[in-house]
Amino acid sequence: MSQSDLREAADLVAGLPPTPAVWCTGLRKRYGKRTAVDGVSLEIGRGEVVGLLGPNGAGKTTVIKMLLGLVRPDAGEVMLLGRPAADPSARVRVGYLPELFRYQPWLTAAEVLALHVRLSGVDIPAPEQREALALVGLGERAADRVGGFSKGMQQRLGLAVALVARPEFVVLDEPTSALDPLGRVDVRDIVLSLKSRGIAVLLNSHLIGEVERVCDRVVILDRGHVAASGTLLELLGQHEVRLHLTGLPPAGETRLSAAGRVEREGEWFTVALPVDDEDTVPDLVRDLAALGVRVHAVEPGRISLEERLLGILRDGTEGGAA
Amino acid sequence: MNARAVLTIAGLTLREASRRRVLLALGVLTLVLLGLSGWGFSRFAAETGGSLTSGEARLTASIVLNLVMFGYSLIAALGTAFLAGPTLSGETESGIALAVLARPIRRSTFLLGKWLGLVVFGSGFVVLAGLAQCLIVRASVDYWPPEPTKALALLAAQTVVLLTLAVLLSTVISPMASGVVSVGLFCTTWVAGVVGGIGDSLGNDAVARVGSVSRMILPTDGLWRGAMNAFQDPSALAFFGDADAGAFPFLSMAPLTGTYLAWAVVWTAMVWALAAVSFARRDL
Ligand SMILES: Nc1ncnc2c1ncn2[C@@H]1O[C@H](COP(=O)(O)OP(=O)(O)O)[C@@H](O)[C@H]1O
Ligand SMILES: [Mg+2]
Repeated sequence: MSQSDLREAADLVAGLPPTPAVWCTGLRKRYGKRTAVDGVSLEIGRGEVVGLLGPNGAGKTTVIKMLLGLVRPDAGEVMLLGRPAADPSARVRVGYLPELFRYQPWLTAAEVLALHVRLSGVDIPAPEQREALALVGLGERAADRVGGFSKGMQQRLGLAVALVARPEFVVLDEPTSALDPLGRVDVRDIVLSLKSRGIAVLLNSHLIGEVERVCDRVVILDRGHVAASGTLLELLGQHEVRLHLTGLPPAGETRLSAAGRVEREGEWFTVALPVDDEDTVPDLVRDLAALGVRVHAVEPGRISLEERLLGILRDGTEGGAA
Repeated sequence: MNARAVLTIAGLTLREASRRRVLLALGVLTLVLLGLSGWGFSRFAAETGGSLTSGEARLTASIVLNLVMFGYSLIAALGTAFLAGPTLSGETESGIALAVLARPIRRSTFLLGKWLGLVVFGSGFVVLAGLAQCLIVRASVDYWPPEPTKALALLAAQTVVLLTLAVLLSTVISPMASGVVSVGLFCTTWVAGVVGGIGDSLGNDAVARVGSVSRMILPTDGLWRGAMNAFQDPSALAFFGDADAGAFPFLSMAPLTGTYLAWAVVWTAMVWALAAVSFARRDL
């Protein structure tokens, strides 16, 4: 191959759109008779911060482990930073804080970081490793054995481990489960700083408020399925309408329920709209007026992620029962 | 395979052994055994100074040396088997392995590193303790084994065989169970070997076969017999007469054959490969 050919090839590769941080399709995993994950597909772009939500046992941790090659999927494919996940080198630029975080108790915090740096194959100078420890508030404890650390300190160490090898994609599985309120703020700041540096993050957390604050996009898992996914705007956007109504006949109530889940507070009705198209609200108002309902006010509302999550999970449960 | 990662994991395993005080416990046990045997040998030399013919002295020295060496190989077996469990299945159970195996290393790399660390640890122990023992015997009763290097190497090989089995077991069962089972199997083959020896001396082929079959299934006993043969004085067998010596657990009739050694190598490679496959398929 000549020099110019090589350069052409390099230009061609450089011109390609960047591969996603992670891409997976049709992931499936059974444990005995229980299907933990059933046909999960998702994609996280470079620099994107994605929240992974869902109730306990939804399969979030199992999905994460399959993305990282820690659990063998029964079916499905995973590409990690542009390489098949079966290839260990795909994980060179991946940082991971497991849900079950434990580090060699006989090593010191600094030794744990040094070990992970060596295994990652990336050359990280010692001062940078110390910085990673300082970032998670363990700067003073670098020379202490991990065996003497509290749960929260071990989780902080896990964060440092996830961040130390200059990752391009960071996976945090319930990173605040053992942390005090200050620690949670630290985690939020860390994720925001990763985001500002263009590092992709997959964040599995039960602190929905935090997820809402830092994530670009959310994937909601329920019983092994993706129950919903999209940007916060897509999920929360115009998906709710508040109506001030009087003179509502039973037929009117039926019509409201047909539009979506209804919550009533006196004369105010909040309807969570399952589909967000241009016609839903005008059609609803027209039909209500035709039924003789007096419509005093129509307000678009934006529900919180928490309400949305609960709504999706409740609907999912009903759907499952039906 | 990534040599750097293998060495890193091997070094980590050795550091674990030293920091977890396994090393200390082994060291103390060994010193006790060395001290006791040294004292015993010197008493023996003092009391029987003139009354034993040199043939009898060599025979007794051989037997006692083999007996004490058996003690070391048992300590090494216990030490490595109970270290292999926690270090592999213990780490996968506790979650320590999650973060490590999310790094860009293959499972087999990790396993090879762990195994190598254990091999260095286990065989290092038996060789050092065995050598110290030989020196003590030389100082106290002036006996020096005919082939000390071969004997120590076979003792180390026996340890490697057993810990490879412990590694395989710890990829499938719990840490404690893997230690118990591998030490149990080790003792079982030893007993089967003794039974086979008795069968040999009685001329009972069926019973003799127990020993040879168990020696094929788990090569620890065969290697141990090879090691004994290299520790003991050649005249010891002549003293007993072949048939009787065969029934005696701390004397070995024949040196190790090259074929058997090759089988031990193949066996170890097979068991290691099985462990690698089993570990690679494991969900963490
Ligand atoms: N190692 C395992 N063995 C058996 N079942 C498992 C295992 N890991 C997870 N599961 C099951 O898979 C399901 C999903 O678990 P998980 O992914 O941990 O959920 P989440 O992280 O969303 O709470 C649960 O029903 C759980 O019981
Ligand atoms: Mg989980």
